[in-house]
Amino acid sequence: MITRRDLIKVSIAGAAVPLASAKIISAADTLFPERFEKQNIRWVFIVDTKKCVGCGMCVKACKDENEVPYDANITRTWVERYVLTKDGQVFADSPKGARDGFTGKKIDRGEKGFHDIKDEEIQKAFFVPKLCNQCESPPCVQVCPVGATYKTEDGVVLVDRKWCIGCGYCIMACPYGVRFFHPVHRVAEKCNFCYHRITKGMKTACVEACPFDARMIGNIKDPDDPVTKIIQNERIAVLKEEYGTNPQVYYLGMSKEVR
Amino acid sequence: MKNYVFRPLYVIIGLVIAVLIFREFYVPKDFGTHGESYMYGWHRKGNEEEWKAFKVKYRFDNEYCKDCHSDKYESLMQAPHAIIKCENCHGPALDHPSDPPKLVVDKGRGLCLRCHSSLPYPQSDRINIRGIDPDKHNPDMECSMCHNPHKPSLEGLK
Ligand code: HEC
Ligand code: HEC
Ligand code: HEC
Ligand code: HEC
Repeated sequence: MITRRDLIKVSIAGAAVPLASAKIISAADTLFPERFEKQNIRWVFIVDTKKCVGCGMCVKACKDENEVPYDANITRTWVERYVLTKDGQVFADSPKGARDGFTGKKIDRGEKGFHDIKDEEIQKAFFVPKLCNQCESPPCVQVCPVGATYKTEDGVVLVDRKWCIGCGYCIMACPYGVRFFHPVHRVAEKCNFCYHRITKGMKTACVEACPFDARMIGNIKDPDDPVTKIIQNERIAVLKEEYGTNPQVYYLGMSKEVR
Repeated sequence: MKNYVFRPLYVIIGLVIAVLIFREFYVPKDFGTHGESYMYGWHRKGNEEEWKAFKVKYRFDNEYCKDCHSDKYESLMQAPHAIIKCENCHGPALDHPSDPPKLVVDKGRGLCLRCHSSLPYPQSDRINIRGIDPDKHNPDMECSMCHNPHKPSLEGLK
């Protein structure tokens, strides 16, 4: 039974929360965010899909480097295989995120089993590595109710593991599906361009691991950076441009079948 | 108006003050808008340092292995496999040989098949790597029984 007293208690508690937050998000804070020192770094990424051979060394290195449980079917970066047949069908797979590469011709269709495609039926086939796009307008950050995920001044979206409550809104909000739930820390998890490496002058684990230079990381605010030059001079594409997220992972050799 | 009408109001005010006091202590001082906007920059500044302090595990520097494993290094650097980092095949080696004292030696076929399982994909450079059919090319035998992983050469094999 809810007594009148209980009801009053509950409604008071409910009213207190928005009232309290009104104080914290004071006008000065929101309208005039502190002027940060002039940042001259904006990390961006290039993926050359033609160079990718699907060996999955990047996925393996990423999992080791970032302590993503190795045998769980979760990963911060993964490689997709696309096979387009002459009769117009599109097949795509990424077994275990390509942690062990692509060691056979059969397409892994999950519960539907494996699909064999004969060599002569192949019209086009290629690999597409995926990772967090570190969007300029990240929808995952917008939806976080507690301020646990944010964009740093150098453009990387991070998750505060102490502050994340594990609600999963960000996982749902990401149109690229790059976020997942970390089973050990029990918080949202995602690629952060190996923030601990790039801020020490190293490259990300996946970039270093790739023997074929299919991945590159650079600073788009540096006009002499090779990555900046490629973005300026080559034909590049981004994923799901129509979502307005302004992704910062650029693809060379992209194809319309890639989602 | 009667006093009892105001009583719930005192309770509300009391609760609001309690929540504010709790919040003052609970929310870290460095929580705020850091970055260009409230929408994307509202966070705890200290977390950036926490991420920067995350432990590096991979060195990705074949030169580092040169002094202690000179034979492997010399072989690899002359081979078409020179583009592959030692750590790709042997795992993270930041503090090796102190920790771990030994690195993984994976003799499985899977390691080589990552690149050498034949996949005739015209739009991918995979097509340029010599491929074999894993089911037909000496199945059930380790590749390193016949090929030197550090200096694979087809000379003398044919
Ligand atoms: C300071 C010297 C030193 C350096 C540098 C070094 N190693 Fe080692 N490594 C050792 C020693 C000592 C062992 C243990 C050998 C043993 O017990 O048989 C070892 C063992 C190994 C093993 C296992 C060998 C086996 O028989 O099980 C591998 C693989 C290996 N190292 C790879 C590497 C790679 C790759 C690098 C470069 C990233 C590297 N090492 C750098 C000294 C070194
Ligand atoms: C293509 C993958 C690959 C690369 C790259 C590679 N290794 Fe190896 N390595 C192997 C394999 C496979 C074995 C096991 C060979 C065997 O069965 O005898 C091995 C064995 C070893 C061993 C111990 C076995 C022995 O015979 O003493 C050492 C030490 C070693 N590698 C060092 C290195 C170093 C140093 C580099 C970089 C210069 C390197 N490896 C690069 C695949 C690789
Ligand atoms: C990261 C990809 C990769 C991995 C893993 C890899 N290789 Fe290679 N391998 C290459 C490339 C690239 C070449 C050079 C192109 C070619 O000749 O096919 C090559 C060449 C070869 C050759 C031909 C050498 C020649 O003289 O033409 C053999 C044999 C070979 N590898 C065996 C192996 C064995 C055995 C392993 C496992 C220990 C292995 N490879 C692992 C990429 C790889
Ligand atoms: C029993 C010894 C033996 C084993 C085991 C073996 N190979 Fe070979 N491999 C050969 C010989 C001999 C040749 C050269 C003759 C040929 O082309 O078949 C060769 C050729 C190759 C070539 C070059 C093919 C080409 O078209 O030029 C590659 C790549 C290769 N092997 C990779 C592997 C890989 C990867 C494994 C493990 C999965 C492996 N081999 C296991 C003996 C072996």
